[in-house]
Amino acid sequence: MSSSNVLQPGQLAPDFTLHSTADQNLSLSELKGNPVILAFYPADWSPVCGDQMALYNECLSEFHHYGATLVGISVDGVWCHTAFSHDRSLRFPLLADFEPKGAVARKYGVYREGDGVTERALFVIDAEGVIRYSYVSPIGINPGADGIIEALEQIKKEPSEHVTA
Amino acid sequence: MSQLKKPISKDDHLQGGDVDAKLILVEYGDYQCPFCGRAYPQVKEAQDELGTDLCFVFRNFPLSTLHPDAENAAEAAEIAGAFGKFWEMHDMLFENQQALDTNSLVQYALALGLDTEKFAEELSRQAKYERVHQDFMSGMTSGVNGTPTFFINGKRYDGEWEHGALLRALRSMLE
Repeated sequence: MSSSNVLQPGQLAPDFTLHSTADQNLSLSELKGNPVILAFYPADWSPVCGDQMALYNECLSEFHHYGATLVGISVDGVWCHTAFSHDRSLRFPLLADFEPKGAVARKYGVYREGDGVTERALFVIDAEGVIRYSYVSPIGINPGADGIIEALEQIKKEPSEHVTA
Repeated sequence: MSQLKKPISKDDHLQGGDVDAKLILVEYGDYQCPFCGRAYPQVKEAQDELGTDLCFVFRNFPLSTLHPDAENAAEAAEIAGAFGKFWEMHDMLFENQQALDTNSLVQYALALGLDTEKFAEELSRQAKYERVHQDFMSGMTSGVNGTPTFFINGKRYDGEWEHGALLRALRSMLE
């Protein structure tokens, strides 16, 4: 079941704190001051070559070029994320939206009730914490990085935008 | 729907029809990717069937973290291209995906009659790094979402490509 109420550009990105490893947390507010890319994805361990996180791993230097931080978020637990991240040599954090399950995804309007996973959704947030790009991809289709790059380019041109809600 | 952002130009490697062909198929691929290896005969089949109605363009998208030899192999094909043997090396690499280490690449250059000393020297100083990187960047901004990613007449093709599906998709666009 697809979710509605996906947060839109112009809205403030709700803060959250999630485990990045078994003994470390990461809060969105810690990343304020630079753009942030939130990549919600349904599950770890999807097939290798078409894998979205593996693709973003390769695009990381370009994201950093814009000063942006990338975080992946799914409902998988920290140990699953640790194993997946190690297997794919990922160089960015994966956050566990595990307990209460999908709570952060719900805040962003991208939790799939019934399926128990998050949508395949992207949010690009500017240095002020305002959402500048939001996109929900068909669940089976890796959205690629073009929308992210366009949004980062836009933020570079216009660093802040009036908050609508 | 993701669109090809960088138009086909004289800097691209074209095969079959020219830029005015009815169908332009662009593949962003990785020589060490097993899926690209499986796509290789599918592309050949489409080329055989469609002749000059199809212009095929190959651009590099090495996923270096997953495939440690992919970048070197991509540069090898581009170096061969500067000697006028891009497609010969492209085919050689896909037909020998299991051996893409530097020694093997030099052996392939030898088999294609290239100046192996010059080839090895250019490979070691990464003479075509920038070229491969530009392909990667154009792929990233065009919405390449894994390898292989195909664009048909400028639009990303998210459909099936195995078991003749690529040829069928291309044919349906001719009608």
